[in-house]
Amino acid sequence: MANVVGSSVCRTAVDEGKPADWVPGGEKQTAVDPMKMFHELPREQLFITGSEAARESMRRANIDIAIAYPITPQSESMQQAGYLYDEGYIKEYYRAEEEIGTFSAISGASRAGVRSLTATSGPGLMRGMEAISSWPGARTPIIMLNMCRVINTPLAIQPDNIEMSFMLNTGILMLHAENQQDFYDFPLAAICASEQVDVTLPAVVSVDGFFCTHARGPVKVTPEEYKLPPRDGWRSAVPAMDNENPPARISRDAPIQKSNFISYHMHSSWQQEVFAAVERSAKYFRKYLGSLVEVVNPGAEDFIVASGCAVSQAREAVRQEGEKGRKVGLVKIKTIRPFPTEEIYEAVKDAKRILIPEFNQAGWLHKEVCSVLYGRTKGVIKNGPRVYGGMTMPTEMILEWLEEFRKEVK
Amino acid sequence: MAEAVEPVKRYNIRMAGIGGQGVVTASHIVSNGVVISGGFSSLVPFFGSEKRNAPVESYVRISNSTIYEIGEIIFPNVLMIFHPSVITLGKSYTMPFYTGLKQNGIILINSRTPIPFTPDEERELEEKEARIYYLPATEMANDLAKTELATNMAMCGAISGIFGLPDAKSLAESVKDRFIGKGIVTSGGTAALDSAIEKKFAKKQKLLEANQKVLDGAIQYTIDQGWSEVEQPAKSTA
Repeated sequence: MANVVGSSVCRTAVDEGKPADWVPGGEKQTAVDPMKMFHELPREQLFITGSEAARESMRRANIDIAIAYPITPQSESMQQAGYLYDEGYIKEYYRAEEEIGTFSAISGASRAGVRSLTATSGPGLMRGMEAISSWPGARTPIIMLNMCRVINTPLAIQPDNIEMSFMLNTGILMLHAENQQDFYDFPLAAICASEQVDVTLPAVVSVDGFFCTHARGPVKVTPEEYKLPPRDGWRSAVPAMDNENPPARISRDAPIQKSNFISYHMHSSWQQEVFAAVERSAKYFRKYLGSLVEVVNPGAEDFIVASGCAVSQAREAVRQEGEKGRKVGLVKIKTIRPFPTEEIYEAVKDAKRILIPEFNQAGWLHKEVCSVLYGRTKGVIKNGPRVYGGMTMPTEMILEWLEEFRKEVK
Repeated sequence: MAEAVEPVKRYNIRMAGIGGQGVVTASHIVSNGVVISGGFSSLVPFFGSEKRNAPVESYVRISNSTIYEIGEIIFPNVLMIFHPSVITLGKSYTMPFYTGLKQNGIILINSRTPIPFTPDEERELEEKEARIYYLPATEMANDLAKTELATNMAMCGAISGIFGLPDAKSLAESVKDRFIGKGIVTSGGTAALDSAIEKKFAKKQKLLEANQKVLDGAIQYTIDQGWSEVEQPAKSTA
């Protein structure tokens, strides 16, 4: 069993070309209870980019192995991960051949029982989708950072979060970070939730590329001498792969791999269990993040429901409306999977008008919200506003839509 | 007695230039300077595949209260044009360069002489009551730092001179952060540029001194031109 307690470090000062008394950074940290890290430790405010926020998150995450293939806008975060490797905060790190290789390899790492991190952006995510969609069924806790980027032709490197819609039904835990602060907090919470015995699933924290990764904002961080406890590979819904007694069994359960009648039943129950595990993760996210949603101005007639960067734009719209004496509510959705059905319903059940601003053409969040509110509320749900292809949604656009909405729905 | 609530002040700056001029670095330096001085700021760069001479934009929000918005600034009240070809050759993501500029906004252009606008541009700029300031930033960089690479310093200095935010001291502190101290991550490409500059100057200290000269020169220039927006103009540190 390789590195089950997650603390054995194979790197020596000599290997690394460091002074003889070099101690890996991770070895100098103290593991603390996640609840203490999230809610009790003092925090210092830094003014850093989203990529640097990801670095500070990884520094405290007790990562055993990171594997990635560079793609804009993810590259800068994983360049930062390289520094962490050099400093000894990440124990192993390499650049894989491309994304299918990356995501297959990280799956193997997770099966061996160690805390595994990868990261990608739009087209890279799409390239690796085959491997990614195999993760949940393999019950591999993996943390993936996804810096959203346009996937359609014409080629662009700008943020557009349509790629998130492709992961909605994979069984992966999905969080959507609003800003640099979330990109620091969410990966730590996602790691802890994903490694719970009754969850044992991969988690992806998405963030809108550039607007967050390459932009600076305030980030409150806990002291760097504290890290999360290591992953315990044995504490898992399925056993970790035994690397010391070959041949290592690659398949989770041999009969499932056979195309006979029994396997259909096994496969369907296996899938049911994966999606039930997604729902079970909600209680951990409530603990670690305080809640699955944030509600501003409860009880308002007009509500904005949003995730990711759209929340920031909506906050400014709410502020400007407030200056004019108009109360507008806001629901920030932190977890897309598990989807906070009841929390959203509770927040908007008396709202007259619901606006759903999004940074993609398809309006996947609109569809999600409609599906949970259909037949349960009387409020009119507006199909927009949306920007895509990398565009920013100006606050002015949300305000104009609100104004029109009020004329349409009295 | 109820405390008087200070009204929300907001400067939204759109910087446009060409790859290699340090536009993104300038936005980090200005933004970081504002935060050092106790204000609120955020920034986001916008560029294609990184290459020399390609269009680059960067956006800085400055405020006296919390900033929620992110992303591009579509409706700026300040424009900083780092290179005349942004206007004359259309090397810009935003065409024409003043698109979205709010009424009575400020346009700071790096050019020794006024740019010949087309009649349409001239009319629209007049309708917007845009205040156009020409700063010989590249000449100042060549004169004071002996390298045009310090052009972005002149542009940063001018912003400090005009708005007093960041103040000159915080701006100097921010430049120091960029080259020594905590370091500012802008992009992988800037690391290569750093080593090129370092060779030229041998020592970072000399680089800082040269940059400071340009900052001070630009601040003084804006004061001399009467562009300052604050009652008490920022003092030059020279």
